[in-house]
Amino acid sequence: MNRIGDRIAITTLALSVVLILAILIVIIGNIVIHGAGALSWEFVSQPPRAGLTEGGIFPAIVGTAALVILMTIAAVPLGVATAIYLHEYTPAEGLALAWARFRASKNRPGRRKLFLRALSALLATITRSAVANLAGVPSIVFGLFGLGFFIQFVGRAIDRATQEPGEVVWGQGSLLWAACTLALLTLPTVIVATEEALRTVPQDLREASLALGATQWETIRRVVLPGSLPGILTGAILGISRGAGEVAPILFTGAAYYLPFLPHRITDQFMHLGYHVLILSTQSPDVEATKPLLYGTVFVLLALTFLLNLTGVVIRSRTRSRLKTS
Amino acid sequence: MNTNAKISVRDFNFFYGESKVLHGIDIDIPEKEVTAFIGPSGCGKSTFLRSINRMNDIIPGARVEGRLTIDGQDLYAPNVDVVSLRRRVGMVFQKSNPFPKSIYENIAYGLRIGGLRDRKKIDEIVERSLHRAALWGEVKDRLNASALALSGGQQQRLCIARALAVDPDVLLMDEPASALDPIATQKIEELVYELKTNYTIVIVTHNMQQAARVSDRTAFFMLGKLVEYRDTRTLFTTPAEKLTEDYITGRFG
Repeated sequence: MNRIGDRIAITTLALSVVLILAILIVIIGNIVIHGAGALSWEFVSQPPRAGLTEGGIFPAIVGTAALVILMTIAAVPLGVATAIYLHEYTPAEGLALAWARFRASKNRPGRRKLFLRALSALLATITRSAVANLAGVPSIVFGLFGLGFFIQFVGRAIDRATQEPGEVVWGQGSLLWAACTLALLTLPTVIVATEEALRTVPQDLREASLALGATQWETIRRVVLPGSLPGILTGAILGISRGAGEVAPILFTGAAYYLPFLPHRITDQFMHLGYHVLILSTQSPDVEATKPLLYGTVFVLLALTFLLNLTGVVIRSRTRSRLKTS
Repeated sequence: MNTNAKISVRDFNFFYGESKVLHGIDIDIPEKEVTAFIGPSGCGKSTFLRSINRMNDIIPGARVEGRLTIDGQDLYAPNVDVVSLRRRVGMVFQKSNPFPKSIYENIAYGLRIGGLRDRKKIDEIVERSLHRAALWGEVKDRLNASALALSGGQQQRLCIARALAVDPDVLLMDEPASALDPIATQKIEELVYELKTNYTIVIVTHNMQQAARVSDRTAFFMLGKLVEYRDTRTLFTTPAEKLTEDYITGRFG
């Protein structure tokens, strides 16, 4: 009887693995078979023509690349800095204990310090839950937020301050605002991955550095960050590669349907591979003629994302093997 | 007060949160001698050791009362610069903890954060520190190899060399040989014996034979109190306290 139960369990588990693999193979296989055929030098080096039914996707590739670079510049330093603060500078004992110690310290010197410590722990708790909630927000909401905050609020304020009345430069969709919106979406991934990476640096090493007369910042800069860099990079790349394929946040913040020119400034609108897929599949005047282009675009987007992920994996496995051999 | 006391401690209490782990410690640790702290696990000997370079500062909820001075300077006075204190009071930990850098960079670390840029001077101090830690002969041809490739005993001697490089006057050692094999342990003990000509050494150890072999004076701690403190030979042959006698004869431990 037990044996039968065992077999059923193994079979069910194996079947679910097979099912998932099958789905993945069908999706990727479909895209590769149809998409690879559409690839040509012209496809990746020319702009679209004839109402999107001919030509290539060069402006969308450039736009996506520019967007990803800008987003990285915005998200990674801020995310890493936040994580360093959360992990290295806020009280390790947590809010409950820090508060209890403050409460218990009545009529004792150093009470003020304990209060500040509890306050810092509170701030950390709020920040952490904000980050966790940010990660759960649907991406279309980020898009609306970007439109409302970055474009209509920040952008228009800049225009009022710097431009002639009626002139709009900053208060419209652009590479800059789309990158900022995507950066917000990527931040939680970067923060969580960085904190995780910081956690892997042994406390021993921090103590060794402090015992040699290093300040906390010197310890972070010379011991903690070098030790956690691979983890931080991997996390950042995974976050970025997710952000690179997102369409919803850039719908209202700067992605353009079709542009006859490449973006030159951060205030220009841009074409984007993900958005181009949406346009090709919903706005085409001739569905059959567009199909190869659609497959080709999806293929390129998928390949770029895969390449980014692969970079992350390579960095991670390299550091692992380096740690093993040394 | 002892006239040649390097470290002088009066009525020193230590708290983790609400629990008191050190009770009214009074001790004078003489200059350029080896002082051993012995006692059962959890007796507070390591906590006391880590109070001498204020490593306990980084532990949440840690708090001290009383007076702990080195060369007459109160370590817990408000104006004390912890960073420069730790440069004067070096520390070697129980588990060797070299940085995942080269042998050379491990030793140069303390010099670089101290602001030394002169490459020649750094080379010189690296070599001298490795000599003092009796490691130079074994590593001189591979200074750029990873410190993690060294054996456990070599790593611990590297950590000693790293601590010596910043030129402290006091060296604190927290069970430095407890994770090492007998031969590596013997090397560390010989090293401790040699180093005392230049440094004031305080060593925490679980191993009573080790305390007897390397130290000039021994302090026996139990349950957060200093039970007995005298020269090592007397403490091990004719202890004044019953508790000490019970401990060193192995009646508990």
